[in-house]
Amino acid sequence: MDDRAPLPATRPATLLPPGGPAPQVERVVSRRWGTPESWTLASYERDGGYAALKKALAMKPAEVVDVVKKSNLRGRGGAGFPTGMKWSFIPKDNPKPRYLCVNADESEPGTFKDRYILDNDPHALVEGLAIAAYAIGAHTAYVYVRGEFKRQAERIDGAIREAYAKGYLGPSVAGSGYALDAHVHRGAGAYICGEETALIESLEGKRGWPRLKPPFPAVVGLFGAPTVVNNVETLANVPIILDRGAEWFAKLGTEKSGGTRLMCVSGHVKRPGVYEISMRTTLRELVMDVCGGPEDGRAVKAVIPGGSSAPVLAPNELDVACEFEALKAAGTMAGSGGVIVMDESACLVRTLWRISKFYADESCGQCTPCRDGTPWQEALLYKIESGQGTPADLETLISVATAICPFPPMGLGNTICALGDAAALPVHSFVQKFRPEFEAHIREHRCPFPDPWGATARRWGPSGETPKGWS
Amino acid sequence: MAEIVKRYPPDRKRAAMLPALRLVQEILGHLPPAALEQVASKLEVSKTACAEVATFYSMLRLEPRGRYSVEVCTNVSCSLCGGEQILRHLEQKLGIHAGETTPDGRITLREVECLASCGTAPVLQLDEEFHERLTPEKVDALLATLA
Repeated sequence: MDDRAPLPATRPATLLPPGGPAPQVERVVSRRWGTPESWTLASYERDGGYAALKKALAMKPAEVVDVVKKSNLRGRGGAGFPTGMKWSFIPKDNPKPRYLCVNADESEPGTFKDRYILDNDPHALVEGLAIAAYAIGAHTAYVYVRGEFKRQAERIDGAIREAYAKGYLGPSVAGSGYALDAHVHRGAGAYICGEETALIESLEGKRGWPRLKPPFPAVVGLFGAPTVVNNVETLANVPIILDRGAEWFAKLGTEKSGGTRLMCVSGHVKRPGVYEISMRTTLRELVMDVCGGPEDGRAVKAVIPGGSSAPVLAPNELDVACEFEALKAAGTMAGSGGVIVMDESACLVRTLWRISKFYADESCGQCTPCRDGTPWQEALLYKIESGQGTPADLETLISVATAICPFPPMGLGNTICALGDAAALPVHSFVQKFRPEFEAHIREHRCPFPDPWGATARRWGPSGETPKGWS
Repeated sequence: MAEIVKRYPPDRKRAAMLPALRLVQEILGHLPPAALEQVASKLEVSKTACAEVATFYSMLRLEPRGRYSVEVCTNVSCSLCGGEQILRHLEQKLGIHAGETTPDGRITLREVECLASCGTAPVLQLDEEFHERLTPEKVDALLATLA
């Protein structure tokens, strides 16, 4: 019931693909999940923890950046930007202090991997942030944890305290003379604060209003100083890159992205959860083989591949690798790795309405197209879903979405940050790929689905156990 | 409070805004105008600066709420697994709509956005503690534990 028990005891959601044709991959980020007290320093050190930090401290900061560049590590927060390159953008001649911010504001619908890292292996993040801070020459790091993550904030705070006590943080990190302070900063409930400049504003004690870029945070970031913002999973990968080498890490992945990926699968599948997979695994293999596909007798109707902001894919588009470039070529994005599966029992108008409601709720109110467009999208979709829609509403819907961000996207849309794109792209893609379903709602003046979420059959057992035949 | 302010550069006290407001809210239950004023003077910013933050974030409350807070996620992944039904069930059981507090001041029910618990959907938070893989029966059992 409560999630306080160690994760694997409740459900092996963190395990690798159980056989099946999906390419097997060495567990990297999740390798320590589920081992006894994996979140403690004692356990982390037993598994060789903090050796990578010592190795990094013996190198020059620029050499550390080079190693990460060579590893082809790309940001796991959504944009997939090369991490080493991001670090190298910090200007060398700026006399201001530098900052590292860790983005643990995981709030993209369908994404829950960073929560597992914070729960199971917070020291991997602490070590990763120490290496990153050293590489960019920062002496202060803030971990921005989303407001709702109480236990996760406690876990990372505990790990930071343990690291201070053992000298891995503080005035002389591991006896090297390099000083680093790390603090946890808890958010207070705002999706927008996952956007890096909104996160910085929020950390400065303001509303989470994204900033215009450029200047980029690497030049003018937190407190006006050069800043790097990295996602939790990105930094949790850094220690093992130093440990086993850039070539090893790069080889795990594809030509342009190194390492493995944590994928979060939810919705209509038998085995939802977080899976560490090879980037060569296709979405179809992930959904059908690894996660068991939808309930027997039902077929997949739609898959969102990278959090609810990512354009949706139809069943015939699933033979695409879960990798940044491949998904981009398929007209969608890898995003944050949140895969949401809908089978044929789900109403996609209702799904899109709920997605639009989310973005209307979470728009920060700064740019007109997004502030006014997102509630408009929501209202039109509600109208269609409740059987009141007209054919003109569908056209208006597309024109509102186009005013926020044209489709297919040509870079950033008409707003300061990507929330506008995130709100408009699902509307464009759902209507484009599933237009007959919208038209049926309008023609029949009702939602044709008896149970629009297709949820009634999906019931956990009395103590939360998996329904029979599901795993 | 002094300990919170220490985490930020001395000339950037405002950065302590969120932790300070959360601390005060934890003590008082919500953020009345006097509390905002006090935080503003401690951090040496205007009361408006404080109010704009207090009204922006969904976890900061200007109004008092019930003794317990029940927050149900109805975002896509949860609803595909019955989240919307869980919310309707709670509304029926408590006799209130989402966003309201029971007349006896015991429970405030809210509909919230994705709580990053999609693999164990549907989910609710009872006073910031996760309760996952919900069924109506589990919700009933949970309600029965509340004084």
